[in-house]
Amino acid sequence: MGAEMDLSVRIGALTLKNPLIAASGCFGYGVEYADLVDLASLGGVAVKGLFLAEREGHPSPRIVETPAGMLNAIGLQGIGVRRFIFEKLPELRARRATVIVNICGSTLDEYVEISRILSDAEGVAAIELNISCPNIKEGGMQFGCSLTGTFDVVSAVRKVTRLPLIPKLTPNVTDVASFARASADAGADAVSLVNTFLAMAIDVETRRPKISNVVGGLSGPAIRPIAVRMVYECRQAVKIPIIGMGGITDARDAIEFMIAGATAVQVGTANFVDPFIWPKLIDGISDYMRRHQIARVADLVGTLDTAAGDKEWTAS
Amino acid sequence: MIANRQLSSDYNVLALRAPSIAAAASPGQFVMVKAGSGHDPLLRRPFSVFEVLRDQTAGVTGLSLLNKRIGVSTSLLYAARLGERIACLGPLGRPFSPVDAPTEAWMVAGGVGLAPFATLAHALCSRGVRSTLFYGARRAQELFYLDLFRGLGVELVLTTEDGSAGERGRVVAPLERRLAARRADAPVMVYACGPEGMLASTAKIAVRYNRPCQVSVERIMGCGLGGCYSCVVPMRSDDGRVHHVRSCLSGPVLPGDQISWE
Repeated sequence: MGAEMDLSVRIGALTLKNPLIAASGCFGYGVEYADLVDLASLGGVAVKGLFLAEREGHPSPRIVETPAGMLNAIGLQGIGVRRFIFEKLPELRARRATVIVNICGSTLDEYVEISRILSDAEGVAAIELNISCPNIKEGGMQFGCSLTGTFDVVSAVRKVTRLPLIPKLTPNVTDVASFARASADAGADAVSLVNTFLAMAIDVETRRPKISNVVGGLSGPAIRPIAVRMVYECRQAVKIPIIGMGGITDARDAIEFMIAGATAVQVGTANFVDPFIWPKLIDGISDYMRRHQIARVADLVGTLDTAAGDKEWTAS
Repeated sequence: MIANRQLSSDYNVLALRAPSIAAAASPGQFVMVKAGSGHDPLLRRPFSVFEVLRDQTAGVTGLSLLNKRIGVSTSLLYAARLGERIACLGPLGRPFSPVDAPTEAWMVAGGVGLAPFATLAHALCSRGVRSTLFYGARRAQELFYLDLFRGLGVELVLTTEDGSAGERGRVVAPLERRLAARRADAPVMVYACGPEGMLASTAKIAVRYNRPCQVSVERIMGCGLGGCYSCVVPMRSDDGRVHHVRSCLSGPVLPGDQISWE
């Protein structure tokens, strides 16, 4: 069945050629990887979070490794949306990348203004609303941690763009599913989750924090089971597509998210370890589909079998 | 991994069969190395290419890394076994710019910061550039590969913190004295790699004596490819503003006078 295997998935009006998206903040502006990775072979490229203006971000050290994970507080260093459109978007277009632009705002108006600017740009496939960066005061968390804030920012941006709108949700709330619902109610085409978990690490010899911002966001395999659970909870709460992420390092991890209810997945930290991971992920998913006789990868989404009944529990 | 030469209880030289990376590497460039398998440790670590290894017919066979045991990854690499597969990505980053005679090359190395200077010394030697290595370590037993540099005709100026070899103290002391003794118009390029404090001092001394200085910085690096923005260095631009520059793409070799040293 190899020839007719269909890896495409739909996120609102947008069709991705496969469910694999490079996660924002872990793939630069995409162009950095263009010589190593065939950008056109990815379902999408979510570029580094952009404000209206340039930002310098936090001082070093910005990351530290933790057990099966990493803690980061980059501070959303970035070139601003206009320079992005001028300096990076043409190459992404030329490389035929499906570009998802991750945007941040200090105010609701800033999200709206950036979305307006992006709606007029050529080669933007979707907007991911970063309302969940844990590392800066004005990183959208005031929107992402309040249900009305989430609803308001998604509604406001919805009014000015027809681009698919994907709020990126924070796991640093009690009930992430309610934020997925608020996003859907406000007109989001999909939600992506999870952003990183607020965390910290201390050098006990010096009693100093290991990163300059004291606290940061935890990513990597360490967080995967929590992220899978949150995707599963959101799947029960909303009908719009979910883009799942959190510690995916191989095809089985990606498939786990899809079974839990993710239509597509993002891969971040694992790309740092292995920039050649993408064809392996695509092959791994194809191989799984072949073994399980699944013709369309979309048919895998949300197929978690909780009715174990008399079936045996198996260890994997 | 084709050889693991343990130099001391902390230092080793790891030889990797990576001919295509080695053949493409310029002095000062680095590779991203993954120690161990699985998720602990998770990330790769940056290493300067120490030596380009060649067979009897001068064909490139691989490269070596100078490793100092300080954490989990470096401890695994210290204990790596022959035949072990070690993922190595590179060469990456901007290399040193070797000078031409009659400009002299003064290399300043602190501890494991010796790593990029073996290949640079080769390049300088083949250009006929008069070269000096100012090399500081904690003690005599941690001054490595002196014969390699002597064999290339590099003059050695050694310092140790405990005075067990060379001059007692920091390596920047003899550097400053020698610059002070030079005619102001004698062309010298200063190259430096080592601890942050040593780099800052070297860069300031170079500015004081009006000499250009290329420093190889070390930062915690997530990817080495410009994706993560973790390895930034504050650089002063012409307008006086400070920008965070990714040392993996714009460095690791950077002009010392433009770095905003804290």
